Amino acid sequence: MLAALSLDVVPLWVVVLAKSGFVLFVVVTTFAYAMLFERKIMAWMQLRPGPNRVGPWGLMQPAADAAKMMFKEDLTPSTADPFIYRFAPWISLATAMGVFAVIPFSETSGGLWSIGNVNSGILFVFALTSIGVYGISLAGWSSGSKYPLLGSVRSTAQMISYELAMTMSVIGVLILAGTTSFAGIVHAQAKWWFVLPQFVGFIVYIITAVAETNRAPFDLVEAETELVGGFHTEYSGLRFGLFFIAEYLNMIAVACVATLLFFGGWNPPFGLTVIPGIVWFLLKDGFFIFIYIWLRTTLPRLRYDRLMAFGWKVLLPVATLNLMVTAAIVAFGG
Amino acid sequence: MSPYVPVAIFLGVAVAAATAFVLVPGLVARRKPNATKSEAYECGVEPTSDVGGRFPVRFYLIAMLFVIFDVEAASFYPWAVQMRALRVYGLLEMAAFVVVLGIGYAYVWRKGGFQWR
Repeated sequence: MLAALSLDVVPLWVVVLAKSGFVLFVVVTTFAYAMLFERKIMAWMQLRPGPNRVGPWGLMQPAADAAKMMFKEDLTPSTADPFIYRFAPWISLATAMGVFAVIPFSETSGGLWSIGNVNSGILFVFALTSIGVYGISLAGWSSGSKYPLLGSVRSTAQMISYELAMTMSVIGVLILAGTTSFAGIVHAQAKWWFVLPQFVGFIVYIITAVAETNRAPFDLVEAETELVGGFHTEYSGLRFGLFFIAEYLNMIAVACVATLLFFGGWNPPFGLTVIPGIVWFLLKDGFFIFIYIWLRTTLPRLRYDRLMAFGWKVLLPVATLNLMVTAAIVAFGG
Repeated sequence: MSPYVPVAIFLGVAVAAATAFVLVPGLVARRKPNATKSEAYECGVEPTSDVGGRFPVRFYLIAMLFVIFDVEAASFYPWAVQMRALRVYGLLEMAAFVVVLGIGYAYVWRKGGFQWR
């Protein structure tokens, strides 16, 4: 579909521009329905009907929410630093969107379905998501209010701690694949998905991914009971919505990365090649998003000291041990 | 065309979209500010003190530890990609590196750097 757009008459940059617009549109639409999906699943798990008023089966709910957010009054507290306060959601959203530039969604005989197939794929994703932390820490700091400040400092400490374990957890995959390019990693999984030889790395990655995206049970950032809304307490209207979009895009992005690194990307299981790769990719991605929601409904929030201790004292050594064992096996065996 | 050119174009589109999202509230949302609304939110109570208070030093410690360990984590990447070529030599080199890293890690643990009180 994306490859079919490459007509010879149109300059290449126009094609890329069209593809970029299309991918962003799809990703933002996915966000809107991931949100509805989450609310529905959570409702069912808690024996409630969930959103069911707007449109059939509540399917127009995301549009209604978007319209409502757009027309809500946009407040800036008098104590805030106005420029940074307005700029912070922009950082969060732009970096969350940017991640999708290097994610390949499928591959056909026409080529790879991605915007840019760069060699540094995984490094690029980690670099952009690290910049995303600035959005949250600046938002809390610039609000000029106590709860957001506490929320953002907590969140920054949490995100950088878990980012470390996350960068370590995927190294095992890189050793096995011998490349940091997503396409290369997926090709290396044609026979065996890396979730089998890298099971420990996978578990560490999934845990850190939940913490990185500030989702339950690691959502101490927005612990309602103690910090109101955390870093976005002061935000209202669409500016709050931007953080919300960014959070979900990050969630979709880490689910994509988990699919690519550990679940074979678009490779079909059991040689079921009749079903196209993109379907497999979306199914696996949806599965990870479902796991996120499942965790949210099941697990209570961690205490902050335990969260930090878990990241530094358990996940980091386990990830390092995993990568050294993988390296040893490759050095002596593979 | 370098594969980074499409990435740059995509980033351009993402930045433009994000900018549009940031500018939209100023165009369509109603604005009726008043003093109470623009107060910092403290559950309806008037702010009792300024924000710039004292701060647990733990957070700075975590930030410093992150900088140290993350720089070291970054050096694993080029090695990991070349592991199949380096074989046992690469393993021993990295084992030495991890031991050095482990000594630092054990020191921080012992000093209570990971302890959140």
